[in-house]
Amino acid sequence: MEKNSLIDQNNANSEKNTLNKEKKTPEHTYPATRKGWILRGLRDGFPICMGYFAVAFALGIEAKRVGLTAFQSFLMSTGMVASAGEFAALLLIASQAGAIEMITTCIIVNLRYFLMSCSLSQKLRSTIPTVHRFGVAYCITDEIFGLSSAVPGYLEPFYSYAITLISVAGWSGGTVMGVLVGSILPATAVNALSVSLYGMFLAIIIPPARDNHFIGGLVAVSMAVSWVFGLLPLTAGISSGFKVIILTILLAGAAAVLKPIDMPDEESAENL
Amino acid sequence: MNNNIYISLLIMCGTVYLIRLLPLLFLRKPITNRFVRSFLFYVPYVTLAVMTFPAIVTATDNIWSGAAALAVGLIMAWINGDLFVVAISCCVTVFLTGLIL
Repeated sequence: MEKNSLIDQNNANSEKNTLNKEKKTPEHTYPATRKGWILRGLRDGFPICMGYFAVAFALGIEAKRVGLTAFQSFLMSTGMVASAGEFAALLLIASQAGAIEMITTCIIVNLRYFLMSCSLSQKLRSTIPTVHRFGVAYCITDEIFGLSSAVPGYLEPFYSYAITLISVAGWSGGTVMGVLVGSILPATAVNALSVSLYGMFLAIIIPPARDNHFIGGLVAVSMAVSWVFGLLPLTAGISSGFKVIILTILLAGAAAVLKPIDMPDEESAENL
Repeated sequence: MNNNIYISLLIMCGTVYLIRLLPLLFLRKPITNRFVRSFLFYVPYVTLAVMTFPAIVTATDNIWSGAAALAVGLIMAWINGDLFVVAISCCVTVFLTGLIL
């Protein structure tokens, strides 16, 4: 059951990637009601919760090293919900950085969320109550954005809320556990946990890349350029957050020039 | 020092939230420019690909266990695509190779 629905989801993803040209009937695979979307979100959010718990655990260990209490690290994780962003935040706290430095670093490290927010703004009905814009803004992390942008047609905000609820529980809980019992866990286990989020990223991008040759090529080129970027003396010193921004703008821009998507009109999107 | 931490957290949480909020708040109408729409469509794929590689290889103590995690992750994502299954496969791979290497 679980497996089937996930395969359906992948099919739906690839439909979206072929830009709804040959859409089947997503009504069968996607919830029609708000309650259905909430349940779907809780289920889809569960693996994110597990992955977040693992990564946040490592974050909690680092937070303790910097001198944060369990409560402070809980506030940090619940308020920020950003992996690289929080590691940078801990670094800033440890180095007793000033407010200006904190704000600039936060902007640079988290600027990809700005791009994701732009992208997601197109997934919301223009008539949606403003309160949902404030709500969905909190739900922009790499993984939750990945799932939210993968639904066909407009996004039901409660789907994102449900994913976020369960994911942030794992994220904040993991951080607190890392602070409290982090030193008990053996290094091999922490090592193993450190790749979990990358595994989730692969699970988000590889199925559409498999089903759509252009996206497949784009993913391969992105990885190759990312690798070369880290090797060249000129670009190797650039921070990873900034690298993501530069390459996203360049490569997604190039992809948009090479293969512009078809423009779906409002009505057909409405009917999805 | 303790107060400083709370103030720092407030500043940084606020900054991160604003970054996420502003586009959603101000881009209310559908973008009609085809280039911009296409660009935004491709953003998640590029972003996630760039973040994953080569970072996954260097995330662990040993490059080979990271590379093994990448290979297993690619194969599992290709076959199955379930977030949880792929993530756990990667973790188990690193754990097992960590025992051997």
